[in-house]
Amino acid sequence: MTAPLGMLAELTHRCPLHCPYCSNPLELVHRDRELTTDQWRSILTQARALGVLQVHMSGGEPLARRDLPELVSHASGLGCYVNLVTSGLGLTEARMADLAVRGIEHVQLSIQAADPERADIIAGTRAAKHKRAAAAAVRSAGLPLTVNAVLHRRNHDQVAAIIDLAEELGADRLELANTQFYGWALRNRAALMPTRAQLDAAEPVVRAARQRLAGRMEVIYVLADYQDRLPKPCMHGWGARQLTVAPDGTVLPCPSAHVITTLTFDNACERPLAEIWYDSPSFNAYRGEDWMRDPCRSCSRRGIDFGGCRCQAFLLTGAAENTDPVCALSPNHDVVLRAVAPTEDLPFVMRR
Amino acid sequence: MSEWAPRLRRGARLGFDPVRRAPVVLHPEGVLLLNATAEAVIAACDGVATVPDIVARLDERYAGVRAEDVLTLLRGLVARGVLHPEETR
Repeated sequence: MTAPLGMLAELTHRCPLHCPYCSNPLELVHRDRELTTDQWRSILTQARALGVLQVHMSGGEPLARRDLPELVSHASGLGCYVNLVTSGLGLTEARMADLAVRGIEHVQLSIQAADPERADIIAGTRAAKHKRAAAAAVRSAGLPLTVNAVLHRRNHDQVAAIIDLAEELGADRLELANTQFYGWALRNRAALMPTRAQLDAAEPVVRAARQRLAGRMEVIYVLADYQDRLPKPCMHGWGARQLTVAPDGTVLPCPSAHVITTLTFDNACERPLAEIWYDSPSFNAYRGEDWMRDPCRSCSRRGIDFGGCRCQAFLLTGAAENTDPVCALSPNHDVVLRAVAPTEDLPFVMRR
Repeated sequence: MSEWAPRLRRGARLGFDPVRRAPVVLHPEGVLLLNATAEAVIAACDGVATVPDIVARLDERYAGVRAEDVLTLLRGLVARGVLHPEETR
């Protein structure tokens, strides 16, 4: 077992956006249960001592935390590479410049669609008009910019235009990420599910863009999990490389792990982080291969994809030890086949 | 290839991890733990030195440096998003 390299610091669940594809839990951590500045400082210090070199300041919207600048200074001062994962709302030029001086080294900015009208419908608020200013602020701070667009049924037809927008915004990297169905997104699964035709249409567009933009903007395409025959190598294995700290201090092997109600997760305010990483039952539950059942146990790909995602196995089959049902070899694969079967367009339930 | 002068992408930098006592590359998408040779190769990627220059520089410090190994390492670093793609000038 090796030390973690990265930590996702979910500073808050508060967010000005109401995206129906939100992967945060159905029950959000309320503001009065958020960690204090000192508690976060202690967690960051422990994380660096444990081996964490990269901290993703995330949420919710991390800019909603008034102590974000202090936390960035602290993490950077420890020697961590600090990323800011933001909707861009509230990211003024002055604020960005200050955060850059304090040690933010890279910004990931979300966009919801290619045009403001549709983007605002998906975000559930007037969000689009802030994106250009936020991207410009990142560029004038001299930082690398990743634009992230979550793809789903209601914006998949815009892949080409989203690529153009990312280029206009001056992105070094564009992540086109098909929705992963956790948290609130699972609730909207039928409305978000892209059609086979949409996925087939996007593929050549992405391929052509990669060629055209080589050396200028990297285009990353995150596959539609349910429509892929093979499960994703989730988190590179449970408790292998990264940990997540939720807004209330709960320490998770992956951002969605709280859904696995058969596990009890420790809180960083009650137990040292190193002990949680190395010794806690939750982090050790699905390390290695001993926990695997068939077909994973005897599968030649078990060291490649680790049986897929434990959270998805739990959510869709009721047992986290089962093969991720996205895998065509899973005895529960029909759950996924039913979910991707063609349906009519459905309305979103907006995040609240 | 011989004209290619590799350079780090924006946001990527060499570092040293005192916890692991190892050189590292930190970049937007992740962290790479390096051995001494990989560190020396990346340190030489200044956007001016060509691949043969880098090989020559390594050859002064290490025995048995093979150009194809250096090129494989450089291309691996491109694939991982640490270096800019190969450019021809």
